Amino acid sequence: MNNRNHEPLFHISKRDALPWQKAWAIRGAAILAALVVCGVITMMTTGDNPISIYKTIFLGAFGSARKSWVTCQNISILLIISLALTPAFKMRFWNIGGEGQVLMGGLGAAACMICLGDKIPGPLLIALMVVSSLAAGAIWGLIPALFKAKWNTNETLATLMMNYIAIQLVAYYIIKWEVPKGSGKIGIINQSTNAGWLPQLFGMKYLLPIVVAAVVTVLIYIYLNYSKQGYEISVVGESENTARYVGIKVETVIIRTMLISGALCGLAGLLLVGGINHTITTTITDGQGFTAVMVSWMAKFNPFAMIFTSFLIILLSRGAGEISTAFGLNQSFADIITGIILFFIIGCEFFITYKISFRKKAGKEENV
Amino acid sequence: MFDIVSFIPRAVSQGIPLLYGSTGEILTEKTGNLNLGIPGVMYVGAICGVIGSFFYEQSGNMNGFLAIAIPMLCSLAGSFLMGLLYCFLTVSLRANQNVTGLAMTTFGIGFGNFFGGSLIKLTNSDVPSIALSKTSAYFSKSLPIADSTGVFGKIFLSYGFLAYLAIVIALGASYVLNHTRVGLHLRSVGESPSTADAAGINVTLYKYGATCIGCMIAGLGGLYYVMDYASGVWSNDAFGDRGWLAIALVIFTIWRPTTSIFASILFGGLYILYLFIPSGIDHMEVKELYKMIPYIVTLVVLVITSMRNKRENQPPASLGLPYFREER
Repeated sequence: MNNRNHEPLFHISKRDALPWQKAWAIRGAAILAALVVCGVITMMTTGDNPISIYKTIFLGAFGSARKSWVTCQNISILLIISLALTPAFKMRFWNIGGEGQVLMGGLGAAACMICLGDKIPGPLLIALMVVSSLAAGAIWGLIPALFKAKWNTNETLATLMMNYIAIQLVAYYIIKWEVPKGSGKIGIINQSTNAGWLPQLFGMKYLLPIVVAAVVTVLIYIYLNYSKQGYEISVVGESENTARYVGIKVETVIIRTMLISGALCGLAGLLLVGGINHTITTTITDGQGFTAVMVSWMAKFNPFAMIFTSFLIILLSRGAGEISTAFGLNQSFADIITGIILFFIIGCEFFITYKISFRKKAGKEENV
Repeated sequence: MFDIVSFIPRAVSQGIPLLYGSTGEILTEKTGNLNLGIPGVMYVGAICGVIGSFFYEQSGNMNGFLAIAIPMLCSLAGSFLMGLLYCFLTVSLRANQNVTGLAMTTFGIGFGNFFGGSLIKLTNSDVPSIALSKTSAYFSKSLPIADSTGVFGKIFLSYGFLAYLAIVIALGASYVLNHTRVGLHLRSVGESPSTADAAGINVTLYKYGATCIGCMIAGLGGLYYVMDYASGVWSNDAFGDRGWLAIALVIFTIWRPTTSIFASILFGGLYILYLFIPSGIDHMEVKELYKMIPYIVTLVVLVITSMRNKRENQPPASLGLPYFREER
């Protein structure tokens, strides 16, 4: 009979909080490993050598002044959406309805541009656009929040359904407003008058979203870390029961936070419609509402770390786009690369939270 | 006039991919894994089947058995690997399930469209799609008596074998979950993994098993869509948001595969209802509002089930939470 105690090959235990330098070193290593894997995969599909692949990625994002500006602009939009979702996530409210909230914000702005475009003076129009897009986004965030607060409805699926309702609503208005009739799209709104186009800062076409993103980053950081409401959000996120016990009205916090979250998404929609595309389509958000979930989570809900994570995602997707154009691959190559990077980053969190101790040498162990 | 005889078969064939997806997701969720990667898994299942049958069709002579077996095995293998990846990240590495699922969806849809696009390029065709009509003919072959039995045949017998398989799998899943020891263990893992662990049930094994099998079932939904519903035509992004609807269906049916059979056909009907409601040529935009119906219905059901708050209608208690034995 073999009645020795069998000790498993390795043992997993929870770490104490890892110093942040070490945690970020692990994440950095994961990103590096992911880049290597992506490089190998790209090498296999294109037959190019890895160094020139990384060069193509970099040039795709920063190859010319225009490309760099567009990259920065894309980063800022993704950053704003991620920041918008962050307060909700900190509260453990899985708002994956960013897509719909951004679309509704865009729809609000587009409605003002189309219906009031030449009837009221420019500054008033823009003010109205801001109000209506923030309100539209906020309402779209408010509906699932009300359900959650009142009946504890699963917010992940509720916000998901709201996305599709928003998409169909936009599709409805696109056909209603389509120019020319029967084309199925709106085209550039107010192309001749530029009514409702957001102003260019200092004459630079791409600057406005970047400035807005920078302001929002700082504001959200302050809101989450140095305000009473931000503190309430983290308490609700850590434990709803504790929050109730100390007298925080959980329902109010949920509703208030989702209003902010939705309104900020609406702001991103306003920038997309009024400042960048000057039109609205059902795909204007391009899945960024979902990507933003991962951007926010990868940054551990830290607004400043989000600058980096959204940079990483945009760099890769634009770079992979460049690779697919250069080598005649499919544009979806970017999604595969992004997916692989995400898997690595998701996986590496394990090594930050947990410690693996391997079985000691068998000989020593038996005498114990 | 509302043409019910042609409406029902179309609703059923729209509903079958949803049924596959929701049956798979129910199994997964019963062990406490909320797999938001199902849309991606279904894409992967579909494209793997397409790749398999594409190369088999290229090879020349077709054999009925292999023409069905090769795409099915490829599809099962592809979605199995996706399930394994999800389990490795969420069960072994205890990653956040929502984020992992979303990443899998991004990856899976990208994977499908990338290889789909590459295959389209290989064929050098003018249209952006691949037609696998020969393989599809085997998949969508219905019973020979379907045509001769009139309305009855059209409503009940006019589908390919994968449609019936979906119903069999849903019934089987329901039986296993509710009437076998394995099912009891599986549910206990989803309700309280630490209790199950203390009772000697291998939590990790059950989570891996249920999630991988669930993903394989969901992958078949993608395969059905391409091979039968779309008659073998793959075009990028055609599968659309059906994966998300399948996840919503899980809640709609309150985690019951048998209810899912009817619910998915109902959803399939809602999905194509806009084609059957007359709206006139002047108001094409109203059709877009009709397309909203399935999502609004889901939302309403979601709210109603949470309002009624009955004990037997609740999601598995540990849904979405990772399990770590040493954590209290």
